[in-house]
Amino acid sequence: MARIAGVDLPRDKRVEVALTYIFGIGHSSARQIVAMANINADTRVKNLTEEEISRLREVIEKNFKVEGYLRREIAQNIKRLIEISSYRGIRHRRGLPARGQRTRTNSRTRKGPKRAIGIRKRR
Amino acid sequence: MSRSIKKGPYIDKDLLKKVKALNYRNEKKVVKTWARSSTIVPEMVGHTLAIHNGHRHVPIYISEQMVGHKLGEFAMTRYFRGHAGSEKRTKLK
Repeated sequence: MARIAGVDLPRDKRVEVALTYIFGIGHSSARQIVAMANINADTRVKNLTEEEISRLREVIEKNFKVEGYLRREIAQNIKRLIEISSYRGIRHRRGLPARGQRTRTNSRTRKGPKRAIGIRKRR
Repeated sequence: MSRSIKKGPYIDKDLLKKVKALNYRNEKKVVKTWARSSTIVPEMVGHTLAIHNGHRHVPIYISEQMVGHKLGEFAMTRYFRGHAGSEKRTKLK
């Protein structure tokens, strides 16, 4: 039962991979953490000792922004952009891409599912 | 590509000079500028700058949070009135 940084408990996976289940930790930071905690990256999570788990916890706490804290920071950054009504803030407000991508086609991730705009008949 | 650190941030010299003169005399006047690419520096905080958007000078009050951004980010260059034939024409400020 490895519970690190809140609610994450992946089992049966190699530590290196299991750590990426935490929001804010990808492959490269997972590899760094494993190295810093002096743990073999190939050990499965279920085979970790309590002591190893606490070492992982410590490394993450000290060096990485993770989960709720990271999410809050991102939300704050976006809120700041919106408050100062910069171009990027306005794009966030309108739910459009903020980094100069085209919007004639695509950008469905930001805009959400397609909404049909029919050709309105003239009366 | 981002600007080389060696050069430092781009600040419009003329604008900075004008703002500094205002600061020196403790005045607040609207300064017209075309320098949209100029970075906002702490000296400009509290002033109202009229930033050109290609059409007119949009007065923008510079707050502390804006430091580090570019002037052009705050004066929109496009004016969206809605699509042709669309019933709900929205007005963007």
